Amino acid sequence: MAKKINNNKNFRYSIQAFWALVTNSFLIGFVQGKIYQGKIKNVCVPGLNCYSCPGAIASCPIGSLQAVIGSYEFKWSFYVAGFLIFIGAIMGRFACGWLCPFGFIQELLYKIPFVNKIKTFKGDRAMRKLKYMFLVVFVILMPIFIVDIIGQGAPYFCKLICPAGTLEGGLPLVLMNKSLQETVGWLYAWKNLLLIITIIGSVIIYRPFCKYVCPLGAIYSLFNPISVFKYHVDKEKCNNCHACSNSCKMNVDLVKNPNDLECIRCGSCKTICPTHAIEYKCLQKTSKKD
Amino acid sequence: MHIQERHINLISLLIVLIGVSSMVFGVFRGETPVMFEKAINICLECIGIG
Ligand code: SF4
Ligand code: SF4
Repeated sequence: MAKKINNNKNFRYSIQAFWALVTNSFLIGFVQGKIYQGKIKNVCVPGLNCYSCPGAIASCPIGSLQAVIGSYEFKWSFYVAGFLIFIGAIMGRFACGWLCPFGFIQELLYKIPFVNKIKTFKGDRAMRKLKYMFLVVFVILMPIFIVDIIGQGAPYFCKLICPAGTLEGGLPLVLMNKSLQETVGWLYAWKNLLLIITIIGSVIIYRPFCKYVCPLGAIYSLFNPISVFKYHVDKEKCNNCHACSNSCKMNVDLVKNPNDLECIRCGSCKTICPTHAIEYKCLQKTSKKD
Repeated sequence: MHIQERHINLISLLIVLIGVSSMVFGVFRGETPVMFEKAINICLECIGIG
């Protein structure tokens, strides 16, 4: 069983690593301190990956959503919203579990040994709602309503919060560009503080940014109950041993609710289930293959 | 297949279709150049300067 669990984990890590590399394959950017300017940036990636990362070849959906919402000509982005609806309707938060580079980074940080890893705490579930607030306030409302004289709103989530932008874009670009170094100020310090908190938090708690902050995770979570790909628990096979809920680092009890908004479809519960009661489901057809 | 299950399938597929149509509409409305412009220039807000 232990071997099977490890194989499953390693398989997912390799997909995550491969996808992070594909998403950031403009490697020369890291050497030159420049960002990719080609046509692929017309397309969004499913995960959170800053488009100002020197390696990024495509666009971050949350950055793009704010860029269009905040522009003076458009106050909504059908293109980016449509992309998010499409990905969400196909796979829900499977995108978080398998295709998000920032989710992967947090998982790697969680591997760092630390005496007191916190699995859950009082108020954990309530705090998960915060990500919907970040989505509505910082990604949608602020760029629409807080505008300059020409009606242009800033991407407030990127500007004030996003630690992925600081880690993937801010740090490498500022380190490599003298001109940028001369312009850093309080905002840069603030964002680096948030990044440090996120990094320390990720060593202690599994994916804290995904659980409490990420607006992209908030959007995809809403699709978990209706996506084409989902999980199904066969109640006849389930013997209520709780092995699945005990193994879940997102603190989901799939037996209670297979469509839980917090499930990132990582698959560890499915692998650990001794009776094979957890199955994939594409539309209403179930796959019994393990 | 239960009628309820068939409904859920239809809803899922309908939402996929809504997503695709919304993307196409956004492209025709000319949203992509705005997004592209932002994505190919260093986003000062993202990196913590702007
Ligand atoms: S919640 Fe956000 S950061 Fe976490 S995996 Fe999902 S998209 Fe990525
Ligand atoms: S319920 Fe299962 S698939 Fe979902 S996050 Fe937990 S362990 Fe992963």
